[in-house]
Amino acid sequence: MIRLLALLAALALAACAPRPLEPRFIAQGLPEDLADWGMVAVREGRLVLADGAQPYELNTPLFTDYAGKLRTVWMPKGQAATWSDDETFDFPVGTVLTKTFFYPTAADGAVASGDGLKLSETGEGLDLARVRLVETRILVRRAEGWVALPYVWDDDQTTAKLKRTGQPIAMTRVRPGRSDRFTYQVPNVNQCAGCHGTNHATKALQPIGLKARHLDRDVAVGGQGFNQLARLEAIGYLRGLPARRPGGVDWLDEREPLDARARAWLDINCAHCHSPTGPADTSGLYLTLAAAGPQLGLCKPPIAAGQGTGGFRYGIHPGKPDESILVYRTASLDPGAMMPELGRALAQDEAVALLRRWVAGMPGGCG
Amino acid sequence: MGQGMRRIFSGMATLCVLGAALTLAGCGGGGTAAKPDTAYQETLIQQLIDAKPGDLISIPAGVYAIDRGLSLEVDGVTIKGAGMDKTILTFKGQTAGAEGLLVNASNFTIEDLALEDAKGDALKVNEGENIIIRRVRAEWTGGPKTSNGAYGLYPVQVKRLLIEDSVAIGASDAGIYVGQSQNVVVRRNRAEFNVAGIEIENTQNADVYDNLATNNTGGILVFNMPNLKVPGFGTRIFRNRAVGNNTANFGRKGTAVASVPAGTGVIINSNDKVEIFDNEIGGNNTANVIISSFFSAGYKAGEGTSETFDPWPESIFVHGNRFSPGGGKPDGVELQALRVALFGLSGALPDVLWDGYVDRAKFLAGKPDPALAICVDNGAAKVLNADLPNKAKTPRVIDMRCKLAPLPAANVAFAGPIPTESNIPAPGKS
Repeated sequence: MIRLLALLAALALAACAPRPLEPRFIAQGLPEDLADWGMVAVREGRLVLADGAQPYELNTPLFTDYAGKLRTVWMPKGQAATWSDDETFDFPVGTVLTKTFFYPTAADGAVASGDGLKLSETGEGLDLARVRLVETRILVRRAEGWVALPYVWDDDQTTAKLKRTGQPIAMTRVRPGRSDRFTYQVPNVNQCAGCHGTNHATKALQPIGLKARHLDRDVAVGGQGFNQLARLEAIGYLRGLPARRPGGVDWLDEREPLDARARAWLDINCAHCHSPTGPADTSGLYLTLAAAGPQLGLCKPPIAAGQGTGGFRYGIHPGKPDESILVYRTASLDPGAMMPELGRALAQDEAVALLRRWVAGMPGGCG
Repeated sequence: MGQGMRRIFSGMATLCVLGAALTLAGCGGGGTAAKPDTAYQETLIQQLIDAKPGDLISIPAGVYAIDRGLSLEVDGVTIKGAGMDKTILTFKGQTAGAEGLLVNASNFTIEDLALEDAKGDALKVNEGENIIIRRVRAEWTGGPKTSNGAYGLYPVQVKRLLIEDSVAIGASDAGIYVGQSQNVVVRRNRAEFNVAGIEIENTQNADVYDNLATNNTGGILVFNMPNLKVPGFGTRIFRNRAVGNNTANFGRKGTAVASVPAGTGVIINSNDKVEIFDNEIGGNNTANVIISSFFSAGYKAGEGTSETFDPWPESIFVHGNRFSPGGGKPDGVELQALRVALFGLSGALPDVLWDGYVDRAKFLAGKPDPALAICVDNGAAKVLNADLPNKAKTPRVIDMRCKLAPLPAANVAFAGPIPTESNIPAPGKS
C-alpha cells in the first residue's frame, strides 16, 4: 500500500514536472508550434535551451532593430559540419538552427536595446521577467536544402506559433531621454530568401553567421569560458578545424583598426546581398571583405538607387561621409531608400557613426 | 497595328489621363477612391508563399491595401488580376519593403492588375528567365514627385522578357526600366509623367516598339552604366511615339536620369549598336534625339568606373523617323544660350543633339572606324555637335549621313513574330 502511494506520488510529480526538452529534426512539413522542435521552450518563467542546442554569438552581428538575439545550433547524434575558411560551414541534413529575437522590457510596454547583451548574459536562457520574446526563427537543413520558418511568440510568452506570412508588430524603443515608435517586422518566409538566398541564381538558402570569421570568438557561458570554434569541435559539431584559426573582428572593439571594424559591419549586414552572386549584384556594389575600388563604392555612381541616392553622386565619396550614398542609405528610415531593405525599421546609430568616421578618414576624393 | 490605329490608341490613352484627373475615376488611379480591403493581403502573401510551379494566383477585382513588400520566389507562377483598372494593389500605407512586389523566379507572368504608390519600386523582377509583364499598370497617383518610388516595371538580369500593353506613370526614375537583361521585347506600352519613360540599360538585344512615351522628362532611354557585369548593345527603337516629353526633371539628384534634360524624345547614353527608326518623335523641347556619353553626365574617365567600361556611344543608326518640331526651348541655361547663339532667338536646336565625344583609341589609321560610326540618315534632320570635349568651344551643325546594317530582332519566341525592317513599311508609305 505504501509502495503504491509512493508510486502514485511519483507519477503525480512526473505529471507536474516540466516536460524535458527533446530536440529533434523534423524532416518535412511545417510544424505549427515551436515546441515541436524541442530546441527552446519556456519553463517556469524562463526561455531555456535543450541539451545539445549549443548557444553561440557572432563577432559582429547583423542589426535587427536593436533586438537581442539568442542563437543555437543543434545536430543529430554523430553528425558534424565541415569546416570552410571563408564560406558558411557545410552542415549535415538534420541540423537545426534557432534564433530567438527578444528585447529587455521597459516601463509601459516599451522595450530597451537588447543587441548589446552577450552570451555570458543570455547563454543559459532568458528570464522572462526581464525580457520580451518576439520571434524565434528556425533554419533547418533538410534533404532539399535549408528551410526557414518564423515562429511568433504570443502575448502570454508561453508559446510560439508558425507565422509564415510574417507579422508587423508595433513597438516602442526607449533609451535615456528618448523613445522611438517603430514597426518590428517578422519576415514572411519568402523574405527570408532576401538575406539567406545568398546565391541569387540557385536561390538556395544559407545560414549567414555560421562562418569561421564570425564564430572565432572567446565567450563565457555559466562562468565557463571557451572559444566557440573549439567548443563546436569538442562537442562533435564541427570537423576539419585547422591548426590556425582565422580570427574575426568585433565591430565594437576599439582596439581594432577602424577600417577592419567598418568592413566587418558591412560584411555581416550587407555582403549577403552585395556580393558577386547575391541579389544586389545588379548594383555593381560589393560589400564583401574582398571588394575594393569602385566595387566597394569608391567614387562609384549608383546604378538604380532611385530615392536611395539621397541626392549624392557616389556610393562612397572618400572624405565626405555627408555626400556618400552608403552612409545616407544606412541612416535612412524610408522603405524606398534604406539599406538593408529588410530587417530594420530603425537605424543603427552607432553603425552609422562608425561608417561616417570610416568614410571621413578616407584619403582622396572624387570628381 | 497601323499608324492610324496607334494614333487612336494613344489618343484614347491621353483622354483616360485627363478623365482620371478630372473625375478621380476611370482609367488610372481612380480605383483608390474606393475604401481599400486591408484583409486580403494576408491571403495574397500566403498564396505567394505556398505557390507551386504552374499555379495561377488570381486576384479578383477590388482595391487592396498592402502595407509591406510582397515577394515571390517560385518558378512558373502566373499572377492575374481582373484588369489594370479593376484589380488594384495600393501600397500607400507601406511601412516596409523596398518594392511593391519583388519576384525572383523564372517562367513568371503577371497580368491585368495595377500596383499603385509603392514606396520603392512597384514591380521588380530580379533574375529569371521567360518573364511576361502584360497589361500591368504601375502608377504613383499623386503625379510626378521626387518622393515617388524609383521604378514602375523593373525587370533586371532576366533572359527573354516581354512587357506589353502596360502603363507606367509617375516614376521618379524610369516608368519601364529593363536592366542587365538579354532578349527583350517592350511593346504597346504607355509611359507618362516619369523622369524616364522607358529605359533600356546594360541590356543586349532589345526591341522597343509601338510604345507611347509622352509627358516624361525623357521619352525613351538606352543607357550603359559602369561597374556592371555586362555592357548593353543591340537595341532597336522603332514605331514608337516619343512626343512632348517636357516634364521638368524631378529625379533624385545623383541618379543617372537626373542628368537627362527635360524635353528629350530619345536619348542614347554610352550604349552601342542602337537603331532608331520609323518612330514619330516631336515636340520635345530640348531635342528629339540625344546621343551622348557618360562624360556628359559629369563623370570623369577612369574614376569610379571599372576599366572595361566603354563610355562612348558607338554604331548608332538613326533613320526613317518622322520628326516634328522640337528643340525650341531646351532645358538649362547652357543649352538655351547655345540655341540662341547658333539658331537665333526664335530658332530651335536640330532634331539630333550629339555631345561630340569620340574614342580616338579606336581609330583605324587615324580615321574613325565606320563600323562604330553614329549615322543620322533621316531626310532633312540635322545634327548638332555640341563639342563638349572642348568645353563647347565650337558647337556646330554637322553632316553625319551614313548607313549601318540593320540590327536583328530580339529572340523572344513567346512574343510571337517581331517586326524586322524587311516587313516594316518604308517611311511615308504607312
